[in-house]
Amino acid sequence: MAEIEIKGVAKRFGAFTALHQIDLTITNQEFMVLLGASGCGKTTLLRIIAGLETPSEGEVWIGGRRVDHLPPRQRGIAMVFQNYAVFPHLTVYENIAFGLRMQKKPQSEVDHRVKRTAELMHIEQLLQRYSGQLSGGQRQRVAVARALAMEPDVILMDEPLSNLDALLRLEMRAELKGVLAHSKTTAIYVTHDQVEAMSLADRIAVMHQGRIVQAASPVEVYRNPAARFVGSFIGNPPMNFLPATKSGEERFIVAGSMLKGPKASGDIEFAIRPEDMDIGPGGIPATVRVVEPLGAHTLITTDVEGKIFRVVLDSNAEAKTGDMLSLVPRADRIRWFDPQSTSAIQ
Amino acid sequence: MRSTKALPYFLLAPATVFLVVFFLYPFVLVAIDAFTKGGAVTLDNFRTMTSNWKFSETFRNTMLLAAVVVPIQLAMALSMATIVSKLSTGRSAILYIFAIPLGLSDLAAGLIWLAIFEQSGFLNSWLVSLGLIDKPIMFLGYQNKWVIFIAVVLAEVWRATAIMMVILVAGMGLIPKEYYEAAEVFGASPWKRFVKVTLPLLRPSLQTALILRVILAFEVFAVVAALAGTQFPVLMGETYHWQFALQDRGVAAAFAMLILVISIAFTLLLLYLLRVPKEARL
Amino acid sequence: MTVVTNDLPAVPAAVTDARKAGSGLLIACIVVLCVWVLLPIYLLLVNALSSPAEVTSFPKRMIPSFDFGSLSFFLNFQGVGKALWNSVVVALLTMVLSIGIGAPAGYALSRFDFPGKEAFRFLVLMTRAFPLPLLALPLAVLFIRTGLDDTAFGLAIVHTTLSLPFAVLITFSLFSGIPVELEEAAWTLGCNRWQAFRKVVLPLALPGIAASAVFAFTISWNEVFAAAVLTIENRTLTAFLLQSINVSPLYLKFAGGAALVVPALIFIFAVRKYLFAMWGIANR
Repeated sequence: MAEIEIKGVAKRFGAFTALHQIDLTITNQEFMVLLGASGCGKTTLLRIIAGLETPSEGEVWIGGRRVDHLPPRQRGIAMVFQNYAVFPHLTVYENIAFGLRMQKKPQSEVDHRVKRTAELMHIEQLLQRYSGQLSGGQRQRVAVARALAMEPDVILMDEPLSNLDALLRLEMRAELKGVLAHSKTTAIYVTHDQVEAMSLADRIAVMHQGRIVQAASPVEVYRNPAARFVGSFIGNPPMNFLPATKSGEERFIVAGSMLKGPKASGDIEFAIRPEDMDIGPGGIPATVRVVEPLGAHTLITTDVEGKIFRVVLDSNAEAKTGDMLSLVPRADRIRWFDPQSTSAIQ
Repeated sequence: MRSTKALPYFLLAPATVFLVVFFLYPFVLVAIDAFTKGGAVTLDNFRTMTSNWKFSETFRNTMLLAAVVVPIQLAMALSMATIVSKLSTGRSAILYIFAIPLGLSDLAAGLIWLAIFEQSGFLNSWLVSLGLIDKPIMFLGYQNKWVIFIAVVLAEVWRATAIMMVILVAGMGLIPKEYYEAAEVFGASPWKRFVKVTLPLLRPSLQTALILRVILAFEVFAVVAALAGTQFPVLMGETYHWQFALQDRGVAAAFAMLILVISIAFTLLLLYLLRVPKEARL
Repeated sequence: MTVVTNDLPAVPAAVTDARKAGSGLLIACIVVLCVWVLLPIYLLLVNALSSPAEVTSFPKRMIPSFDFGSLSFFLNFQGVGKALWNSVVVALLTMVLSIGIGAPAGYALSRFDFPGKEAFRFLVLMTRAFPLPLLALPLAVLFIRTGLDDTAFGLAIVHTTLSLPFAVLITFSLFSGIPVELEEAAWTLGCNRWQAFRKVVLPLALPGIAASAVFAFTISWNEVFAAAVLTIENRTLTAFLLQSINVSPLYLKFAGGAALVVPALIFIFAVRKYLFAMWGIANR
């Protein structure tokens, strides 16, 4: 149980800067997800917290103790790796017991903890197997059990579900959430999968080009992106953007329609999520290009002033290629961004 | 981790020191030995070497042997590697059998072929029992220099083809199957596939195999010693002879320098001829 | 790809015939090549397992009489026992030296990026372009000065320069094949670097390391030139056979040849699984 503080952490590999001055506080028992595309620095940040990577500058504090000079074994962390890293020469039992044996725990306690975590992860019948005899999902369970058995202050997870197939991923996701909530451990979880991030996180830190763009609750990140990048990265399909031309005090022209906007000195950018629009009179004129019925709803890709503009409508909405739609954005869901700084305007 | 900056150097230090002391330094010493006599810088050792009546024969023998052996081995190694890569059942057993000579001493190889070519040996026994000759021939005598040459060639081909084959098998394993399938789809015959796909993509392995093999060919020694004694002088044998029998380290060193120079020259030549541009690698 | 139904032959008959002819040819080639490799070894063994009189008689029989006269003559010959022992000692020393020095280097190359890495790789690869047995010439002098002349250790040093590059490259590929995450997992589970290596990396690399050790042993066991140059009293088996080659009777040579060959056959059989790994990496 511990709070984690990251103060001004930067990491450079030669001329390349992987992380720029990261500041982030993760409160006790929080489930923090680091979300971003590959190469955004999320894994590097995780590895710096783990002690597998040395920061070029900055400090890492875990549980009120500065740890950035300590090796991984002295940080009170446990880690789950992307490819599981289950030791192939040891049985499942010995894998889970590995860390406890390093701590020289008495055999009775080792046995007790191994059995308990194995039960928790539903692998008690696999304890005598070797990793070569396990499926990917089972290996994943062993890796998590091995980390939990340590009863760490912090559990770090690097894309732990990315090597599983879709159905198994869904199942493990729910299970992981339950187990971690129960263990009351602070968790940091790295992923590039926004659905995973949304479903697991207490808070999501969206990372882009070595910076944390926004750290907030999943709903906040989705509803109120702090920057254009967050809106364009999160949500499938992502947010739509259109130029908004200033035409008066708090008045902007977007694709021919006049909309009420924020106070701004010049032209800004209008943004709306595809599901936040209805068909109605006086809306944004859009030419239908592609119609994709997805079951629960229908995704329609349209053309607004030569830009791609997507809208998600109820599945009984009728539209076909070439139709003209008039899309009315819901006023409370419209977001505005500064085209220069790309950050949100409120 | 923090302490890791120094660790790789610490781990490499023993090997580096070892190679500098026992590999680089001795080569400097041998060069000094070759170019000095009684402390003075001189080319006397090289003059002694080249003016010896056996020298031109020695040099010719070594080069001729390499020129004959290496192409035969290349062809055989390629065939063997192709065969092995075609196999699915029994592949490892066949590969082991093909690779056996790789693990044998060149002296043992020489003795093995001596058992065949000596006067009371197996070749004579077969020829007599087939009625082709009346009495055993002395194949390895001074009258039959070309038979000695053939025996040495056979022994060398037998002994050192395996090393090329294994390198080529490993190299072929690196070529993705899709390329062959693509070539087949576009109508390439098996021979065309070999020439247009296998050989070009195998170039790095061919280069390694040839460099290794050519250098070993210039080092030929024990096979010749076992089969021909002193009747078929080669560079390495002469080096040994000058060092031991004639006790002249300077001339032995001059021979060593000669072997070194031709080895490096051929290495560079092969590196140049079989170079693969970085962008065209697998 | 064509769709094949059950009531049609999968492949036209002509193609099957061509395939059969092809595989017949393939099998014929394999048989010929196996005979080419194995027959000469067999003939040496026939000689070694015949009596001295049979070895020098004519014509030769293709089947050994299983007379151990030649072998016992060889084994009781003055100096042979010692030569065999020296060969084993030198090969064991070579094995220990090349793994002891080579494996750490292989590990460093596989796990770290650091300035000078390429220079070291170049040094290792350079050894391949040099006729290494020639090192015995200058080292003979150096060893006389340091008292290493005519010792097993001195010869083992020369043999180690032969086997060290292989040890480095083989262990490099072995360690590269062990995911670094396994080590990192061990660190996060409470190991320091050395403990992680001993508990995780070493058990996984051990079979391969053993194979490269056997390989180093074989290189030393087989080496002739340096052994002949560097040893006088303490000759190894190869040096002994070479130096007495002009004076020893045929049956001694063949028994000696068999004594060289048989252990080597066993060694290469023991490491057969690693032949690819060893030579495949020679490409890089």
